[in-house]
Amino acid sequence: MTFAETPRTPVQLRACAKTFADGTRALEPLDLEIAGGETLVFLGPSGCGKTTTLRLVAGLEAPDPGGRVLFDGQDVTPLPIEKREVGMVFQSYALFPNMDVAGNVGYGLRVRRVAEAERAHRVAEVLEMMAIGDLAHRRVDQLSGGQRQRVALARALAVRPRVLLLDEPLTALDAALRERLRVEIDALLRRLGITAIYVTHDQSEAMALGDRIVVMRQGQVAQVGPPREIYFRPANRFVAEFIGTMNLLRGSRRGGRLQLAGGELALTAPGAPGEDLPDAVETEYLFRPEAVEVISPEDASLSGRVASALFLGDRTRLVIEGVTDRPVIAEAAGRREFADGDRVGLALDPRDLLRLPG
Amino acid sequence: MSRDLSRQLVLLLPLAILVGAFFLLPIGRLILVGAGGDAGAAAYAAVLTTPRYFESFLNTILLSAGVTVVTLAISTAAGLFLQRNVFPGRDLLIALMTFPLAFPGVVVGFMVIMLAGRQGVIGSVTDALFDEKLVFAYSMAGLFMGYVYFSIPRVILTVMAAIEKLDPALEEAARSLGAGPWTVLRDVVLPGLKPAFLASGAVCFATAMGAFGTAFTLATDIDVLPMTIYTEFVLYANFATAAALSIVLGAITWLVLALSRSLAGTTVAAAG
Repeated sequence: MTFAETPRTPVQLRACAKTFADGTRALEPLDLEIAGGETLVFLGPSGCGKTTTLRLVAGLEAPDPGGRVLFDGQDVTPLPIEKREVGMVFQSYALFPNMDVAGNVGYGLRVRRVAEAERAHRVAEVLEMMAIGDLAHRRVDQLSGGQRQRVALARALAVRPRVLLLDEPLTALDAALRERLRVEIDALLRRLGITAIYVTHDQSEAMALGDRIVVMRQGQVAQVGPPREIYFRPANRFVAEFIGTMNLLRGSRRGGRLQLAGGELALTAPGAPGEDLPDAVETEYLFRPEAVEVISPEDASLSGRVASALFLGDRTRLVIEGVTDRPVIAEAAGRREFADGDRVGLALDPRDLLRLPG
Repeated sequence: MSRDLSRQLVLLLPLAILVGAFFLLPIGRLILVGAGGDAGAAAYAAVLTTPRYFESFLNTILLSAGVTVVTLAISTAAGLFLQRNVFPGRDLLIALMTFPLAFPGVVVGFMVIMLAGRQGVIGSVTDALFDEKLVFAYSMAGLFMGYVYFSIPRVILTVMAAIEKLDPALEEAARSLGAGPWTVLRDVVLPGLKPAFLASGAVCFATAMGAFGTAFTLATDIDVLPMTIYTEFVLYANFATAAALSIVLGAITWLVLALSRSLAGTTVAAAG
């Protein structure tokens, strides 16, 4: 496989901001280093600036004056997309309907005037790599969604781009296919070692694919970090609540214990050197549903009432009221059955409690 | 079952009357008249063997084809610009481009004379500049100009709608693969607009084939089929030839429309 020589192009964004013609600020000045061979995922709700950032790297948008985009140290800011040697994959696949699969995949090589024989060889090679060699002479409208996106990936990779850019590539697919293609793309990116920038609004996609995730909100970076760090140590309330499910406890802190409507909770584990926090009339802590253990109310210092129980097979998702002013979501494993109105106790390891700025 | 059938037949009746009264009977009559002259059914062959008719026939087809190509080219260029640039007065400009729809052929012919006739603007300007009056209103060139003028609105709206529907990601994908603006136009935009070209081009061609008012206003010496039919019918009272020419004109135009429809059908299928 000649893909061993895949370029590992580091990408740098320096003070890249984007203001559209109508005055909307899509992106606040952004500095970002993307290591060669890294898969970086931009994650955020729609309108957060993630696609704009991708388009800045692609060369489809120009940053506001002063912003610069560098590939491997080379300033590519003035280059339009056709000169940047990027591979791009779109949510709508964007396959050319007037060409067959091989025509699509070979298009970039044709534009570069690669000789016919060499082109055919490279097209066959990429199709083989994507396991769609048998589709070479199909028309685009004869392909399923998953096949289309594989062709789109093959087309982007055939020109051996310096950077691979993926704009919500799985969003148009159904859930099962999305899952399968996600695994394939992950394996592909690892194998090629190409620098890849991936835009999505789907947190599970971001978690699974990203070496690092950039969580964005309203044109600003909310947090940059590896998936585990984003999940377990969110930098702020937005990241905590955007990624996964987060419970909020609101109460008063007295003598290292949190006083709540449904009881109280130790804020330091027994024997562990705890933070010495001053008492406070009102304070907030966050924790994830899987951190809490559902126990019998007699053994717990904190308890509530089951408002609804959703059986998911491997676990039961409970909505518990009366713990704090908001319902708490907890997950109970195993065969235990819950009825609405049951009293349950909650046990929480203080290390799973997060205190975050809004 | 039979009740269903009779209901279907009742529903079919208006269509049958319509087709009979306005299509089958006149056309049938026309075909008979065409074959009922001194030459008999040979009148149809005469359309092709008589040099005068054949030339008129060829002129009309070439003119209509030329008008169609030029109209498509102008409409595509203008449509691409109008669809992709927002500027003050854009809507007004689009409305202006569709203005010729409001004019009958006579008025279009009159406008061509005002522009390129003996007292026309182009004539005055060239007279002042080069001491030679450029007059082309009363020739094929004048007719060509007039036809392009009134064909543009028929084509540009269809083409603009098709441009709007093109997925912008297609062009971005082509550019990301290294294609410059002209290459993108050739490989992505124009193929994407092909169904619109076929549909609006066919209408444009058919209209040009049958247009009469403009030619009648301009021309004394323009030899296009509708004019030939008119002279045969009104001046020479040569009903059989007029009828035969009419049938051939109709058949050719219908054939082009049918052909483009079937072509458009396959491209639409290919485009998914």
